Amino acid sequence: MNPEAIRDKVAIVGMGCCKFGENWDKSPEDMIVEAAFEAYQDAGIDEPQRQIEAVFCGSVYPSKGTAEVADALKLFGRPVSMVQNYCATGTDAFRYGVFAVACGMYDTALVVGFDKPKDRGVSGPNVQTAGVRGLPMTPAGWFSLCAARYFQTYGASREDLAKIAVKNHHNGTLAPKSMLKREITVEDVLKAPIISWPFGLYDCCAQSDGAAAAVITRRELAKGFRDDHVLVKAVAIALAPNPQSDPTFDFLRWKPTVYAAQQAYAQAGIANPFEELDVAQVHDCFTLTELLTYEDLGLCEKGSAREHIASGTFALDGELPVNTDGGLKTFGHPTGATGVRMLYENYKQLQGKAEQRQVKDATTALSHNIGGAPQTCGITIIGMP
Amino acid sequence: MPASVPTIGITSYGAYVPMPRLPFAAIAGGGRKSGGGGGERAVAYFDEDSVTMAVAAATDCLRGVDRSKVDGLFFASTTYPYKEKQGASLIAKALDLRRDVFAADFSSSTRAGTAALRAALDAVRAGSAAQVLVVASDCRVAPPRSALERNFGDGAAAFLVGSDGVMATIDHFTHVADEIIDVWRRDDDAFVKQWEDRFVVEHGYADNVREAVRRLLEKSGLTVQDFARAVLYGPDARSIEGVARRLGFDPKAQLEDPLFGKLGNTGTAFAPMLLAAALEKAKEGDRLLVANYGDGADAVVVTVTGPVSGATGRRGVGWHLGRRSELDNYDRYLAFRHLQASDQDRRAGAGVSATVHYRDRNEDISFHGHRCRKCGTVQFPFQRVCFQCFAKDELDEVRLAELPGKVLSFTMDFFAGSPDPPLVVTVTEAQGGARLHLQMTDVSPREVALDMPVEFTFRKIHEYGGTPNYFWKCTPIR
Repeated sequence: MNPEAIRDKVAIVGMGCCKFGENWDKSPEDMIVEAAFEAYQDAGIDEPQRQIEAVFCGSVYPSKGTAEVADALKLFGRPVSMVQNYCATGTDAFRYGVFAVACGMYDTALVVGFDKPKDRGVSGPNVQTAGVRGLPMTPAGWFSLCAARYFQTYGASREDLAKIAVKNHHNGTLAPKSMLKREITVEDVLKAPIISWPFGLYDCCAQSDGAAAAVITRRELAKGFRDDHVLVKAVAIALAPNPQSDPTFDFLRWKPTVYAAQQAYAQAGIANPFEELDVAQVHDCFTLTELLTYEDLGLCEKGSAREHIASGTFALDGELPVNTDGGLKTFGHPTGATGVRMLYENYKQLQGKAEQRQVKDATTALSHNIGGAPQTCGITIIGMP
Repeated sequence: MPASVPTIGITSYGAYVPMPRLPFAAIAGGGRKSGGGGGERAVAYFDEDSVTMAVAAATDCLRGVDRSKVDGLFFASTTYPYKEKQGASLIAKALDLRRDVFAADFSSSTRAGTAALRAALDAVRAGSAAQVLVVASDCRVAPPRSALERNFGDGAAAFLVGSDGVMATIDHFTHVADEIIDVWRRDDDAFVKQWEDRFVVEHGYADNVREAVRRLLEKSGLTVQDFARAVLYGPDARSIEGVARRLGFDPKAQLEDPLFGKLGNTGTAFAPMLLAAALEKAKEGDRLLVANYGDGADAVVVTVTGPVSGATGRRGVGWHLGRRSELDNYDRYLAFRHLQASDQDRRAGAGVSATVHYRDRNEDISFHGHRCRKCGTVQFPFQRVCFQCFAKDELDEVRLAELPGKVLSFTMDFFAGSPDPPLVVTVTEAQGGARLHLQMTDVSPREVALDMPVEFTFRKIHEYGGTPNYFWKCTPIR
C-alpha cells in the first residue's frame, strides 16, 4: 500500500451548503438543488449537464436513494452512486469521488451529502430496537459509554463537557447557515434535563435537515476553475469493533478515530498534527465525543483534554480552533450531509472566506466524523497548494 | 420399603420473589405513598412475568445440579403470556436443558402446581423420566385497588423430583375435583375475578381443602398431630387459619406462615412457595401436610428424609423476602402491569423477526457466547471470525448465564422508553471475558458504579409487536 498515492491528486474547486435546520417547507430535492447550484456557481460551472461526469452521494435516510439526487439535478446518463457509512457517510461519499477522479476516469465529479430526518416525525434520533436483544437505546446511550470510565480515570466531569457546548454555541452564532444561534452558559448545560447520563440536552447535537455539495476535479484541471482551489491531502475511513462487544475495549477512547487518524496522517505526511493543522471540524454529536476526539486525533495527550478545554486551546481564538462553524452541536446534523458540511467550512477557512469565524493564516484543515455504536470514522485533510 | 424400589421424591428446590414490594399504604393513598397500614405484597418488576420468574426459581433449584440429567420439565402457571405456544420449552431453553426433555405446561387453575408435582412423581415412579423439574410461577393481575390486588403476590417455586439424593419424599396424594364458579379469569379478561367473598371462602376454599385433607388422613392413617407443619394455600391469612383450626391443627405451633403482608397469594406458585419456605426450616424426619386449592383441592404428605439446606447456595423464599425495594408510588405498579398508558405501550409495530429470533435463540434465550479454540477469547454475540486472533469457525458455545459479571461502563438513558425510567444500560464483562451490552434491572440509578459485581437474570427486554421478548439483564449481587 502506498498511503501517499492520493495526496494532492484532487482539488476542490467549488462548494455549496444549504441552510441547516428544521426545513419543514423544503424537500430533500430542494436542499440538494440549493447546495449543488451554490457549488456550481462557486466553481464557475455553467453547464453542469456537460461538466459533471459522475455523482457520488451520501445519505443515511434517503427516501428514494440515488434518484433523489439524479432527479433533483437532472443528472442522467452518467453514474450516480450512493454510499452509507453511519455518520461518516458524507466523508465516505467524498472519498469515493476523490478516488474516482484521481484514477483518471472522470475529470470533474460532484459529491452530495444530504439527509432529511425531520420528515420522519421524530424529534431527535429514533429509539432503535434491532431484534430481541437490541436494547431500546439511543445514540446518546451509545456515545456516553466512555463517560464513567473516562471521568474516573482522568478526573473530568460534566462541567468540562459543558464548556465544549458553550464554545460550539458561540461559534454557531457566527455561522450564517447554522441551525442554532444562541449563546449558552455552563450553568444552562448543567441544568438541562438528562438525556442519557452524563449527557443533558445541551450535550447533544442538534438534529437537522441539510445538504452540502462539492465539485472536485483533477489537480491539473483545477486552475481552469479557480486559483484558490484546495487540495485533498488525505481521505481515510476506518472501522473498529462495536465497543459494546469488543473484548479488549478500555472505554477511554474511540478506536475508529485512532485507526482513521493513523491512515490520514500517513496519507497527508503529517507527523505532528497539533503543529501542522490550523483548524479542525470534529464530530461533536455529543460533547464527550469532541473531548475524546482531541485526544484520539493526537491533538493532545490522552487524559489532558480537560486542561486544554480550560485554557481554550480549541476555542475560535485558541491555538487550534475546533468546530469553527458551531459543529454538529449548533450547525446541525443531517447525517449524510455532515461530512461534506465540514469540508465546506474548512474550504472557506483555507480560502480566507470564513468571515467572523476566520482562523488566521489557515493552510491545512482536518475534518472528522465518527458514527455507529461507534464503529466507523472518516477523516479528511485538505490544504492549500 | 423393598431395597429394589428406589426412594423417589424432592431432590432439590428453589424459589423466587421479585424485588419490588407494593406497600398497602401506597394502594390506599392513591398516587404517592401515605401513612398508615403496614404490610406489603411482592410485585413483579416491569421486565418480569411468569416466565422470567420461573427461570429464576428453576435456576435457584438447579444450583449444583447436572442439567444434562434433567429429562422432564413441567411448568405450572395461570398467567403464561401465550394461549398457544408452550412455556415449558421456552423455560427449558433458557435453562439449557436437553432438547429431548419432556416439556409440558399445566394451567387453568391455581392447583396446577401440585398437579405438575403429582405428574412428575408419577413419571419418575413409572420410570419414564429420571429427573423432572417442576416450576410453578404466577403474576396474576387483580382489578386496581381491589381487595384481591392487596392479597395477591408474584413469585415462583421450583422442585426437582427424582431418586438421586432425595431430601423429602412425597408419600400420599389425594385430590378433589369440584365445579364451582368462585375465582376465574376468562380468555380475554384483564383481571382475575371472584364471586362474593364468603361464598368463595366457605363453599369453594374451605369445603374442598377440608375434604382433601380428610381423605389424605384416611388414606395415610396419619392424624394432624403427626405433622410438624401444615402448609396451606388460601385466599387470605384469616381463612387459612380458620381451615387449619377446623382440621384440628394448632395454628400457632403447626401452621406455616402464609406470608400475607410480605409476599401475598402467588396463585399457582403459592402452595409450592410455602412448601419451599417450610423445607428451608424443616428438620430431618419432619412431616409436612400440603394442601392446595383451585376448582377442587389437592393434599399431599411430604416427609423430610435428608438434609434440606446443603451447601449449594440456594436462596429459597427467605433470602428473597429479605431482598426488597419498596415502590413509593402506586402509579409505578400500574405502569409495570400496563394498567397505565405509557410511550412504551404505543411502540407496537410488527415486532421482531421470528426468523431472527429463531437464529439467535442460543444467544438470546440460552445466553451462550463463543469461546475461541485457538486463543481462548470469549465473545458475545456469536462470531464466525475471532475478534482477537481472527481464526475462522474455531468458536465453541459457552453458557454465560450463571457466571459472575463486572460492570465496565454504564449510562442512564432517559430518552429510550421505559416503564420505569431511566434505563440503566451497561457494558458488563462476564467472568472469562465476554463483553455484554445489557440493561441492569432491580437497581436504583444511585447504586450503579464502575466495576460493581453483578449476576445475570432472564427478563422481558421489550414488548414490541405486543409479545414478550426475553433476553438477559444484569442485576447487582445482593
